[in-house]
Amino acid sequence: MTENATVVTATDLLQILRKVAGSDEGIDLDGEDVGDVPLNELGYDSLAVLELAACTERVYAIRIPDSDLKNEMTPREVVAYVNARLAEARA
Amino acid sequence: MSATGIREERTRAVVTGIGVVAPTGVGTHQHWESVLAGKSGLGRITRFDPSGYPVQVAGEVPGYDAARQVPGRLVPQSDRFTHFAITAAAAALADASVDPSALPEYEMAVVTASSSGGTEFGQHEMERLYQKGPSWVGAYQSIAWFYAASTGQLSIRHGMRGPCGVLCCEQAGGLDALGQAWRLLRSGSRLALVGGTDASLCPYGLVAQMATGCLAAGDDPARAYLPFTTAAHGFVPGEGGALMIVESAESARQRGVGSYGELLGYAAGLDPRPDSGRPRVLAAVIRRALRDAGLTSDQVDVVFADAAGVREQDEAEAQAIADVFGPGGVPVTAPKTLTGRLYAGGAALDTATALLALNHGIVPHTAGPDRLAASCEIDLVMGWPRHIRPRTALVLARGRGGFTSALVVARGASSTSSKSEPLVKGLPA
Repeated sequence: MTENATVVTATDLLQILRKVAGSDEGIDLDGEDVGDVPLNELGYDSLAVLELAACTERVYAIRIPDSDLKNEMTPREVVAYVNARLAEARA
Repeated sequence: MSATGIREERTRAVVTGIGVVAPTGVGTHQHWESVLAGKSGLGRITRFDPSGYPVQVAGEVPGYDAARQVPGRLVPQSDRFTHFAITAAAAALADASVDPSALPEYEMAVVTASSSGGTEFGQHEMERLYQKGPSWVGAYQSIAWFYAASTGQLSIRHGMRGPCGVLCCEQAGGLDALGQAWRLLRSGSRLALVGGTDASLCPYGLVAQMATGCLAAGDDPARAYLPFTTAAHGFVPGEGGALMIVESAESARQRGVGSYGELLGYAAGLDPRPDSGRPRVLAAVIRRALRDAGLTSDQVDVVFADAAGVREQDEAEAQAIADVFGPGGVPVTAPKTLTGRLYAGGAALDTATALLALNHGIVPHTAGPDRLAASCEIDLVMGWPRHIRPRTALVLARGRGGFTSALVVARGASSTSSKSEPLVKGLPA
């Protein structure tokens, strides 16, 4: 992950989440099937999503307005959102 | 007593589980073995380099690895004092054979004591604030620093959704939490997860504690904390504490579990301003606790002292004990010389130790002091434990600011309801 990255993946975001908010035993964040599981069902509360947004802003040098990310979103939806912001920043 | 002074129907409260995280060890057995052996948990601070600080000796919990003891998500989301509470709570629940998912969730209370909150977590976030900027301060700071963080995390983790609270009464908090848990058993809760932990051995936490002027300077663990002696020059700070399951006797009977003992009496008070000329409240609080317990002073078999380690406070405590029990009238002990003073965890651990002492028939000694100050007319148990089969114990605690509390506990009445058998196994006699 660098500031020049143009595309993020679910793996990148889950790595950030694991670092800032930990992960529960019994949930395999590296598994194939978490991309469509809402973050709250993966054990992440609203504070974890705040942390995710702040860290993603720093790592990818983008702005993420408050409340754009929610813990009802799935990793896939967050990836789509972040990539859209990255594309905007490039434009 | 109620506020009206009319005695309410008593709910008998028994302690059915204990979990310990302390400088004397993680786990009840390890703690009790250390206490009997007089094995000190004090040493030079290792959690950071203390060489630039006047205080260099502390009681650290040995070999504690949060990553192995705490659910993964809670490691970065909570402070070390909460990690300790999570570990001790799981042990207490297991010890009491409580499966929270099998009991009515609103009948299980959680009450903890905290004195420093999440100091180390807060220091880390402060460093990020001034080194990197506001956006680097983690969102979990908002809950991890908070005094009630442990209560909240325990309530969520174990689905215990009855009355929840936190007591912030410095070193008296552990007893006040037990007193509060007892009240909750009178108003619909069947059991409470209760106790206290603190973990403030980081530079920010240590400096805050040093401001009291009561910490022992120097670097010799063997000479740092010698309460009730002429060598007393402050106390050693420690980390850790204990959580217990306090349960109505009826609930314990229904579940078919034994107990370590019973809460017999509790009282709390607050010292007047030092310049008021009015006496401090410890002796009066002891008398009220005894009255609450329905005991006379000669029915108390041992006193677990607050043991401030500060000359003037030691003398005041010895005076209060002598006032109530007569000079040398009751064995007094302070196993906390092995751990340092644990703040919110201190009186909770003392209560756990007192219950273990009652169950084993042994009064553990106060390791360290070998000769009392002449001004302290108490029978301090020194040198080695006394096998005097105590039935009742009085636990005293004083917190900075005047908090003063006393709790009377008694050994379970019949051997069939005692927990002593499984505990005695494999332990030194």
